[in-house]
Amino acid sequence: MAHLLNSSFTPTTTSLRRQSPSLPHRRSTTQIQAKIREIFMPALSSTMTEGKIVSWIKSEGEKLSKGESVVVVESDKADMDVETFYDGYLAAIMVEEGGVAAVGSAIALLAETEDEIALAVSKAKDQSSSSSSVETSSSPAQEPSLSSPVESNSVAVAAVKTAAAPVVVSTHPASDGGKRIVASPYAKKLAKELNVDLSGVVGSGPMGRIVAKDVEAAVVASAVAVAEPTPVASKQTPVVESGSVPFTTMQGAVSRNMVESLAVPTFRVGYTITTDALDALYKKIKSKGVTMTALLAKATALALAKHPVINSSCRDGKSFTYNSNINVAVAVAIDGGLITPVLQNADKVDIYSLSRKWKELVDKARAKQLQPHEYSTGTFTLSNLGMFGVDRFDAILPPGTGAIMAVGASEPTVVATKDGRIGMKTQMQVNVTADHRVIYGADLAQFLQTLAKIIEDPKDLTF
Amino acid sequence: MHSLSLSSSSPITVRSSAGASSSDLFFRNNNNSQLRFCGLRKEAFISTNAVVFKQLRPKMKVSASLSGNGTTPSKGFDYDLVIIGAGVGGHGAALHAVEKGLKTAIIEGDVVGGTCVNRGCVPSKALLAVSGRMRELQNEHHMKSFGLQVAAAGYDRQGVADHAENLATKIRNNLTNSLKSLGVDILTGVGTVVGPQKVKYGKVGGSETVITAKDIIIATGSVPFVPKGVEVDGKTVITSDHALKLETVPEWIVIVGSGYIGLEFSDVYTALGSEVTFVEALDQLMPGFDPEIGKLAQRVLINPRKIDYHTGVFATKITPAKDGKPVTIELIDAKTKEPKDTLEVDAALIATGRAPFTQGLGLENVNVETQRGFIPVDERMRVIDSKGKLVPHLYCIGDANGKMMLAHAASAQGISVVEQVSGKDHVLNHLSIPAACFTHPEISMVGLTEPQAREKAEKEGFEIGIAKTSFKANTKALAENEGEGIAKLIYRPDNGEILGVHIFGMHAADLIHEASNAIALGTRIQDIKYAVHAHPTLSEVIDELFKSAKVKTEVSSAVSEPVPV
Repeated sequence: MAHLLNSSFTPTTTSLRRQSPSLPHRRSTTQIQAKIREIFMPALSSTMTEGKIVSWIKSEGEKLSKGESVVVVESDKADMDVETFYDGYLAAIMVEEGGVAAVGSAIALLAETEDEIALAVSKAKDQSSSSSSVETSSSPAQEPSLSSPVESNSVAVAAVKTAAAPVVVSTHPASDGGKRIVASPYAKKLAKELNVDLSGVVGSGPMGRIVAKDVEAAVVASAVAVAEPTPVASKQTPVVESGSVPFTTMQGAVSRNMVESLAVPTFRVGYTITTDALDALYKKIKSKGVTMTALLAKATALALAKHPVINSSCRDGKSFTYNSNINVAVAVAIDGGLITPVLQNADKVDIYSLSRKWKELVDKARAKQLQPHEYSTGTFTLSNLGMFGVDRFDAILPPGTGAIMAVGASEPTVVATKDGRIGMKTQMQVNVTADHRVIYGADLAQFLQTLAKIIEDPKDLTF
Repeated sequence: MHSLSLSSSSPITVRSSAGASSSDLFFRNNNNSQLRFCGLRKEAFISTNAVVFKQLRPKMKVSASLSGNGTTPSKGFDYDLVIIGAGVGGHGAALHAVEKGLKTAIIEGDVVGGTCVNRGCVPSKALLAVSGRMRELQNEHHMKSFGLQVAAAGYDRQGVADHAENLATKIRNNLTNSLKSLGVDILTGVGTVVGPQKVKYGKVGGSETVITAKDIIIATGSVPFVPKGVEVDGKTVITSDHALKLETVPEWIVIVGSGYIGLEFSDVYTALGSEVTFVEALDQLMPGFDPEIGKLAQRVLINPRKIDYHTGVFATKITPAKDGKPVTIELIDAKTKEPKDTLEVDAALIATGRAPFTQGLGLENVNVETQRGFIPVDERMRVIDSKGKLVPHLYCIGDANGKMMLAHAASAQGISVVEQVSGKDHVLNHLSIPAACFTHPEISMVGLTEPQAREKAEKEGFEIGIAKTSFKANTKALAENEGEGIAKLIYRPDNGEILGVHIFGMHAADLIHEASNAIALGTRIQDIKYAVHAHPTLSEVIDELFKSAKVKTEVSSAVSEPVPV
């Protein structure tokens, strides 16, 4: 596990270094900063996020004068010489030739006088050891002093990865029993970009090789349940007093997905649905193992079957992608994150099988044993915060899908009816977020109307 | 022949005056010899030819040198010149020989046009034309920046393959027709040198004919080089010969070798949706290119595409896919020879260069030993025998001599030989021969790379200067949304000599000729910088390049006579 975690961290070593939670080191160094300066990775273009050290023109210990070129940096556009703004000595090189550093991170230390070189060298060592401590700390045993959120987050990530790993072993003949990872060039490139550890990805390409869409699926899978902060996460926050804690791979993926979701023009339509009949049905068949989640998923799936456009998505900005199956993903909070187990073909599977399937998925999710196809194949997402008493909220649309429905609590409500009477009804509010490129307001309205009819007259659910 | 500055007479004006006088004809013929490289501009030539020659036939008797093919060969010989191999080199030589009044025959054992036309530059340009368009149509950002909306672009593999095949057929026919219409004898069969000035040809094992010729040119070209341990099955492990037929577009293909051929195919395959892995024996990709250009090219042609690479490794064993197993490629470290990795992919393209095709030429009959298959020649393409002596009347041009394995170099060498055998000494300046790689964008170069120039400068004790211009500053490039690219000039600041020019950018292959012509004609920067370029054109990139060079000498020759306007 430690190995897995390590490898997942390495691509972001430099950013970890910057955001290192072991603050004491940093504090002590700020006091001597006047004499020892950091040379930062410069931003050489507006799109540059990281730079590669092509070569160090100066070597450690060499005297530098202001305006002299010290290092050649390769950005996303060009190679450029980086000059020093100060006189001094190149005390310590922190990122070797060929290494990559994020823009703004320290790549070397500059000492003002020769005497301070030693000091700078030890400072550089401190910094690199502090960064490496973050890497090793992912296994709690090695560094117990580290704050707990990192530990538990890492566990969650590790769990997702180990769950997937065994599948790799058997699928590709070239993988030497799982020792080697066989991934196509683009899959590798994408994995690096998206920070996905390929050892945890199941290949679906020819002969089980990992192809680009597997990497994309892995990212979506680890980040699809993105609607709201989880209770687990909020419990952790108080532990961190100050400073920043780097994202785990999963959190990083969530973050990227969140930003990516901004590119989708979404809109929301809400509806109030009376659930008296559904509640009655639930009471009746509860003893047969039927869960409310399964009932909601089934109702949603039946409504989706009548409105296929709500089950579609827009992948390329140019076309509708209609999904042949109705796979309802349901967000579940787990330690350190969220996961979306998928009820496949929820429109076709009967409610009892669906309920059993759901129980199995939840158990697997808790045991971190979900297989990728069990959490990454959703075509429509349900997110239910009703059990917390939330009466309404809105969800962010997971990239790659067309719509997500936020379900609030079912509550007794005083309702005026058309015939002038006042009565008590149990009602819940649902709120659908959809991609307006493929799903229009009227589509959603009709879908919700159908859904309301199904829930208010739920006899079809038990077929 | 350099003095015959032909630029003033375009084929079109000549055509209108065709038949007017024999001097016009002579002029036109010279002009034709400029149209020969790789057959790409043959059409214009052929049409002129067909029309003009019929009209002029009665006049031809006036001068033997103007007839289609020399009718009276040198005494005692069947032909003045026999060329073995009707590729681009042989074709170029034959055309020029006819022009010089030599009775010429060309022996071809396979198809007219050779590698270039049938299995090389020509069909690959057809595929690259497709890949360029696919790239553009797939690049949403690029289209959007034009304000264009295009639905998802797709392609029909067979249609693409047909385009390449059709183009090759068309160019091959053009070449054949041009030889026939000039009256060059096309002799079918394998040609073998049987002794001094003696060649036999015919089907192997069939009837053979011996002919005599005053001079013989070997122009047998090359075949794809397949290293040891590589099993080519033509389906999953292929060479460029197979790849150009585009029978499949594999999902993942390994390209062994990242030179011109490998790069161009990576451009084609990635545009058609394949993912590519380069295997390069040297430490960096694109060896042979100017390092700076190579680096930029890698940033544009490799890094953002679905391509990864292994450098510093040899592919020691490549096994084709069979029985449900993928193509396997075993890699070892190029230096330590230790096993490094095994790749399992859908296909492998062997693009490790080309090997001379010189077997069965009967070289032993004239005491010539090949060196790694290449026929040794001197700077005048005269064949050297095993004792280091020149073999009289025997020449070798093109890939078979390995001097510069480019179609147009072969043709230029052929013309050089014809000049010599028709009594005029001629040495070809290989440093003036441009080369191009037709990726998107293109790469082109002429002369020395920067490291080569620095080495030469150090040895000979002169300084070099480097000038660079960017396509980003060029109006036409920006209008096309193709601002990515640079041009680089390596020169001598003391006398203004152009040592090398390297271009990476849109239409680089077409832009290089201003520089290559300048090198061929010895034009100095201080002179050419005053030449005017139309605005706005890509050629201004080169204009700026010359202008930004800092030459210490003054203009050496201004226009001698002012032309009043």
